[in-house]
Amino acid sequence: MSDVTFISHDGEKREAPLEEGASLMQIAVDNMVPGVDGDCGGEAACGTCHVIVDDQWVAEVGRSGPVEEEMLAMNPEREPASRLACQMRVSENWDGLVVRLPEFQM
Amino acid sequence: MTTLTTVTDAVTERVQFVVPMQMQIRGAHLYDKTRRFVTRTNGQKIFVEEPIPPVEEVALADIDLSNPFLYRQGRWQEYFERVRNEAPVHFQAKSPFGPFWSVTRHADIVAVDKDHETFSAEPFIIIGEPPRFMDVAMFIAMDPPKHDRQRAAVQGVVAPKNLREMEGLIRSRVQEVLDDLPIGEPFNWVDRVSIELTARMLATLLDFPYEERRKLVEWSDLASSMEQANGGPSDNDEVFRGFVDAARGLSALWRDKEARLAAGEEPGFDLITMLQSNEDTKDLIDRPMEFLGNLTLLIVGGNDTTRNSMSGGVLALNRFPDQFEKLKANPDLIPNMVSEIIRWQTPLAYMRRVAKKDTMLNGQFIRKGDKLVMWYASGNRDERVFDRPDDLIIDRRNARNHISFGFGVHRCMGNRLAEMQLRILWEELLPRFDKIEVVDEPEYVQSNFVRGISRLMVQLTPKTDA
Ligand code: HEM
Ligand code: FES
Repeated sequence: MSDVTFISHDGEKREAPLEEGASLMQIAVDNMVPGVDGDCGGEAACGTCHVIVDDQWVAEVGRSGPVEEEMLAMNPEREPASRLACQMRVSENWDGLVVRLPEFQM
Repeated sequence: MTTLTTVTDAVTERVQFVVPMQMQIRGAHLYDKTRRFVTRTNGQKIFVEEPIPPVEEVALADIDLSNPFLYRQGRWQEYFERVRNEAPVHFQAKSPFGPFWSVTRHADIVAVDKDHETFSAEPFIIIGEPPRFMDVAMFIAMDPPKHDRQRAAVQGVVAPKNLREMEGLIRSRVQEVLDDLPIGEPFNWVDRVSIELTARMLATLLDFPYEERRKLVEWSDLASSMEQANGGPSDNDEVFRGFVDAARGLSALWRDKEARLAAGEEPGFDLITMLQSNEDTKDLIDRPMEFLGNLTLLIVGGNDTTRNSMSGGVLALNRFPDQFEKLKANPDLIPNMVSEIIRWQTPLAYMRRVAKKDTMLNGQFIRKGDKLVMWYASGNRDERVFDRPDDLIIDRRNARNHISFGFGVHRCMGNRLAEMQLRILWEELLPRFDKIEVVDEPEYVQSNFVRGISRLMVQLTPKTDA
């Protein structure tokens, strides 16, 4: 089975099983990963599922598009590899994916 | 006391500056008086309270959700439920505020709220039209990109990083208030706790003279209870006087802060310091309407919203006493309960939008220029999203999906502050009191916008150490 690792701001690692087709936000919430809220339920309308994709994975996973920018652009912890996890549909190639969490969700 | 005198001095010294701002407001007042005279609303109350009939007795098309007494009379649940189920995007053609669409389901509200390309927050976010002075520039009623620039300048003050700095101070101020409460005798929770704590929090945010903190509440209450804007009870002349007073007080605050910083005082983590140390906003005071707009938005935004969540939480836990027991048995539920209280109370009933182009919404044709009201109060009770939506369930799994903070680019900027404030309140209440009993029927505010509790008589029983 494939996994994703969420690394908290303090460096704590949490692994969760990946489920193809689900959103990364849903996976975090279902596995009670602390630091991902997902308040709007995946509508790209709250910004509380902010994650920062590990450098090695950016090419595979892709960067944020205009829809995500609506909620990301104003975030003080925004980084070039920032994404809204709810807009990341898990693919079969993502086994071993690593994302970091910001210190705060907005 | 020193701050107080300095502020007063600063006021006198800055007459040259203050006068133009006040003149602007006075000019607006005069304009508004004339307009009201012409439209024949001058001196007459637009809204007189009458009993609202049960929803079954009203034809669907006649349902007017803008009635400012719907909440007070406890009819709002049945009205919204019917509209949600029978006409989720509902048209009211002839309300006192003109024709408007009501958007009542959770999913439709999210769709509208996040689509600022189609639905504009300009010029106002309340159903009616405030008197002219509210032309002060508030970014809650601006579309991107202007909105983004303005929000960027102030959001730092309530960003989680800054809140961490403020938490200790806010907690000690909560403790003072709670330690001072009468025991074993009824008192008005709204005044002694909700208003007092909110005033302290706002004074902390703004570094406003602490002894004068109730002024912030007074100004904000006037601004949010305007009859023409949302069916509230306040008289325009009163509003204008309050606003002149606010303009004077807030500019004095700015000048005083400038002087203190220049004299070498450590910069604080308050809003004014933040604005003064940002390149884009350090001269904000030279743009009076923008200056006032940004400050009033924070004061108004943070005022009756948190206040009514503090009162609403106590009321809800009395209506659902098993939940209070659950809470006492497991205080770790506080953070989730805070979200659930904010859902249950929905302090702001709605935000308004205007369609920028013809569009379809859940099967209804919306024409360019139509007004739409996103009823958060209804979305939070949508049975499609929330199980037993009218109940307070403090460990509700999806409590955080509530819509009380709105969604999209305007999503509440103060959400984390509000959550923190409420969390601290309950963290401090639980170890002190065994019972927090509501001993009389609450009284509610007249408004279609603010879902407010004006009086909540409560009696406390202290915890006896087991
Ligand atoms: C439980 C408490 C609160 C509730 C229910 C609440 C609710 C809301 C809502 C519904 C909006 C508009 C969202 C939209 O249009 O989509 C909003 C925006 C805003 N709120 Fe709050 N609010 C609360 C507390 C606060 C506090 C404590 C502050 C500040 C001290 C604050 C400041 C603001 C500001 C500045 C905006 C405008 C944001 C923008 O347009 O970008 N609010 N709030
Ligand atoms: S869950 Fe709200 S933006 Fe992703």
